[in-house]
Amino acid sequence: MQKLNRSIITGTGAAIPDRVITNEDLEKLVDTSNEWIVSRTGIRERRMLEEGFSNADLSEKAAREALSRAEVSASELDLILVATVTPDHHTPSTSCILQARLEAFKAGAMDISAGCTGFVYALSVAQQFINSGIYTKILVVGVEILTRFTDWEDRSTCVLFGDGAGAVVVEATEDENRGIINFSLKSDGRGAKLLYVPAGGSAMPASEETVNNRMHYLIMNGNEIFKFAVKAVEDTLYDLVRRENKKPEDLDMIILHQANLRIINHIRKHLKLPQEKFPVNIDRLGNTSSATIPIAMHEEILAGRLKEGDLVAMIAFGAGLTWGGVLMRW
Amino acid sequence: MSIEDKVKKIIADQLEVDGDKLKGETTFEDIDADSLDIVELVMALEEEFDLEISDQEIENIKSVGDVIEYIGSKT
Repeated sequence: MQKLNRSIITGTGAAIPDRVITNEDLEKLVDTSNEWIVSRTGIRERRMLEEGFSNADLSEKAAREALSRAEVSASELDLILVATVTPDHHTPSTSCILQARLEAFKAGAMDISAGCTGFVYALSVAQQFINSGIYTKILVVGVEILTRFTDWEDRSTCVLFGDGAGAVVVEATEDENRGIINFSLKSDGRGAKLLYVPAGGSAMPASEETVNNRMHYLIMNGNEIFKFAVKAVEDTLYDLVRRENKKPEDLDMIILHQANLRIINHIRKHLKLPQEKFPVNIDRLGNTSSATIPIAMHEEILAGRLKEGDLVAMIAFGAGLTWGGVLMRW
Repeated sequence: MSIEDKVKKIIADQLEVDGDKLKGETTFEDIDADSLDIVELVMALEEEFDLEISDQEIENIKSVGDVIEYIGSKT
């Protein structure tokens, strides 16, 4: 049998806008309070991309850092995958804009839309291209500019989201002890309307009416998402570890999508696992959707908490509904 | 353990309140439970009693007594 290549992450990067929006800032916009936001979500502040900049700008910054840390030149890239639901344009893809900026002229490029699970989906796609031996160097970006699709008059959602980008370089290795071990990708489109933007697509093109009725912003059923998220994460976690005859407690780190600190805490308590295994950035960044996991990964590496040899699960859930995870030996 | 005691124990554990202080007429507002606390409580009840509680049913649950009555009617 042909030997399959393993995929390892050789470099990470992140880009966070400078502008901070605190809960106190939001108190001036909508009927809310710092205490309410912190107790319901764990969020203290989030970042907002400055006017005049776009998704591709943040993507580029995160991508350049990941390439530099991986010591890979953009010209060597075989493929660029950008996971996002807030691209610069409906078309062309943000990945193509990024490809031009990086001058990665050898690479194919495509965006992947899987809600907040986008990065997990994109990483799994990258792993498959490497596993099959077709490609050896792939850039994967998780990026979101959700503040531009947030209804700043809706106090139930405007407190939740922030902007950010995280990027990783995935490379082939023959080292069988490291890299991505398995993944799980799931969806349930019956929950499509639990978290969605009604207008702006071909189902309901933009019109004066859609703009006046604020239909270009995210609408969410938070309680239903909470229930779904807890079950989705636990199912995925058990799916990932059981296939390797392991248990959740064998994991050194579980990087969960940062949608709500209450979801993370609920899962942690239910699994009876220690707090230090669950990285958190939602308190500082809010929910950055596809970017939460790659940013967390990058932060944990810089902090020295994510080390070679660690068994790590990354698990996300989001609009679609979609959910999934990746198990890897760092 | 009776259903009443079981329910009170789950509420006390989930919402981190003193179980002895929970009376039938105690509302979730009284013990500062927010909507996500209720969702977490519902998930714990579903697991313990092996049932599914719909969104509409959740809206009718306002007090400890409502929960006991609801679980009693389903088990």
